[in-house]
Amino acid sequence: MRTARARGRTPRAEQPTRLRLTARRFARNRLALLGLALLVLLFLAAYAGPLLTRWDHRTHDFLSLLSGPSADHWFGTTQSGLDLYALTLRGLQKSLVIGLLVGVVSTSLSAVVGAFAGYFGGWTDRVLMGAVDLLLVMPAFLFVAVLSPLVRGSGWPVFVVLLAAFSWMITGRVVRSVTLTLKEREYVKAAKYLGVPAPVIVFRHILPHMASLLIIEAVIQAGAAVIGESGLSYFGFGVQPPDVSLGTVIADNTNMAASYPWLFFFPAGCLVLIGVSLAFVGDGLRDALDPDAAGARARVRRRGKRAYGVVAEGRRR
Amino acid sequence: MGRYLLRRLASYLVLVAVAASLTYFLAGLSLNPRARFEGRNPPLPEAAVTRTLDDYNLNPDTPVVARFARWAGDVAHGDLGRTIDGDSVNDDFGRRVGVSARLLLLATLAGSALGVAVGAYGAIRQYRLFDRFSTLVSFFVLAMPVFVIGVALKIGATALNEGTQTIKVLGEYDAQYAGRWDPAALLNRAQHMLLPALTLIIVQVALYSRYQRSTMLDVLGADFLRTARAKGLRRRTALVRHGLRTAVLPVVPLLVYNIVLLFAGATFVEKTFGWHGMGELLVDSVAGQDVNSVAAVGLFAAALVVVAGLLADLLYAALDPRVRVR
Repeated sequence: MRTARARGRTPRAEQPTRLRLTARRFARNRLALLGLALLVLLFLAAYAGPLLTRWDHRTHDFLSLLSGPSADHWFGTTQSGLDLYALTLRGLQKSLVIGLLVGVVSTSLSAVVGAFAGYFGGWTDRVLMGAVDLLLVMPAFLFVAVLSPLVRGSGWPVFVVLLAAFSWMITGRVVRSVTLTLKEREYVKAAKYLGVPAPVIVFRHILPHMASLLIIEAVIQAGAAVIGESGLSYFGFGVQPPDVSLGTVIADNTNMAASYPWLFFFPAGCLVLIGVSLAFVGDGLRDALDPDAAGARARVRRRGKRAYGVVAEGRRR
Repeated sequence: MGRYLLRRLASYLVLVAVAASLTYFLAGLSLNPRARFEGRNPPLPEAAVTRTLDDYNLNPDTPVVARFARWAGDVAHGDLGRTIDGDSVNDDFGRRVGVSARLLLLATLAGSALGVAVGAYGAIRQYRLFDRFSTLVSFFVLAMPVFVIGVALKIGATALNEGTQTIKVLGEYDAQYAGRWDPAALLNRAQHMLLPALTLIIVQVALYSRYQRSTMLDVLGADFLRTARAKGLRRRTALVRHGLRTAVLPVVPLLVYNIVLLFAGATFVEKTFGWHGMGELLVDSVAGQDVNSVAAVGLFAAALVVVAGLLADLLYAALDPRVRVR
């Protein structure tokens, strides 16, 4: 990835590493920087924000029910006198954590399954790709919803696993096809004839070569997961009380939203900000890591999985 | 070509059967139809509840394999079983598909046409104001869950109405217009249609304009466009006749794919605006412990994916001359 200019002519101290090049390219994209700043701000708000208020997300203030935003309750209060500011930030924490975790877990799953299917071929490939086909045909939203009573007692980490289990297939296919081309490279063949075990080859020689693709995917998946989580939670199939996520906060107050709009706009605003910031960061990363490749892949996420978000990207020139 | 298609079709059928069976097993194991009958006032005798559950093939005490065998046998004869309230799932389904179709028809036509137009125009004037603006807006829309857009429109409409009922936010029509198609009833339906259709249109325009913009950009640099201009065609004619026509081709299958899947995906819109379509059933059947309806939705959704995929493939072959040459 180094350009000719970058090699040799610059003094040692400023040797542009790949990371530095990427960072510079990323920083050129103003929207991407904005997205990154937003994301950092959201995390700060979620984890430091609750320290600024004396209200807890579980404490009812019976002296002000359904009050508008004020000096005492910055975002107003709900029907039962809960402080919406504390509640929203609490939900923001959960939504951010779930989104990022699903992004990482689902992308790791795609990487492992796709790479093994592509590298081994034969029956391994057939079985794994059969599983991909089946999962793609399954209505994921319905499945997670049906499973939710079974896992009700086990808390939100299980929910992360469920979401990830239904969102890795398309990326898995992409990883498989990239693996098929990487498999033919000399350094992989050399490793193979030197007797390096296959799993080591996959993890040390094949997957690192797709790092950029995987990073971009993880960010996009995280955004999709935030949207998916909120949708499921909105219908009561996602995060269960006592946990709150932005989806549950919106769902609990949506019937009052027409008369008391702040009950909807604060949590919904946070939700949209997460989605937008992740989309901008993903876009910037794609431009920085993959200046002339992956963007051309018009990605099709199935609308039926709108719960899982739809990401379609045009190439930027 | 024919043999290849048949083979694909056969493997798809197996996939759908497996997916539907898995849905049935999961629903049968995880949902508890008995809970629907408990807590009635006056309480129902235990034996009566059990008899009813047995009648509908919903009794959780019957081994799930036996229930599945009975359900699968019925489905093979085209009978999807009974809902938890004892109605025929088939009838319920027919009604709901009609509702969803009425909602989606208009919205998808408008949404895809607008999306293609916005995307193509943005590509032609790349990085100009309109392009930047439409790109930014579609980013925002795609980062929003659909229910957020729906509820926001609802709040906006309530504010616009100022206490009147000009824009209706619930249901497909008011009760007194049921089954009528005279001008007054049509107007009433239009008032109800506005917001859910608008929600769907917004989402689709955002999505399809991204696709269309990127295919159009690919075409704009192509030689044949320059040839068309050199032939003496006006820029506009060349862009529309040669450019857009070529750039729409790869997008059409995607459009069709997404539109078919919307039948099961319009859940948020239908729930938000109280339309009793397929999407609503997806949520209500699970919440209502209605095993047979859940299984039917699973079957329907899986079949839709396959139909959409096949349609998209066929359209590719029909539209893109390069596929046929192979």
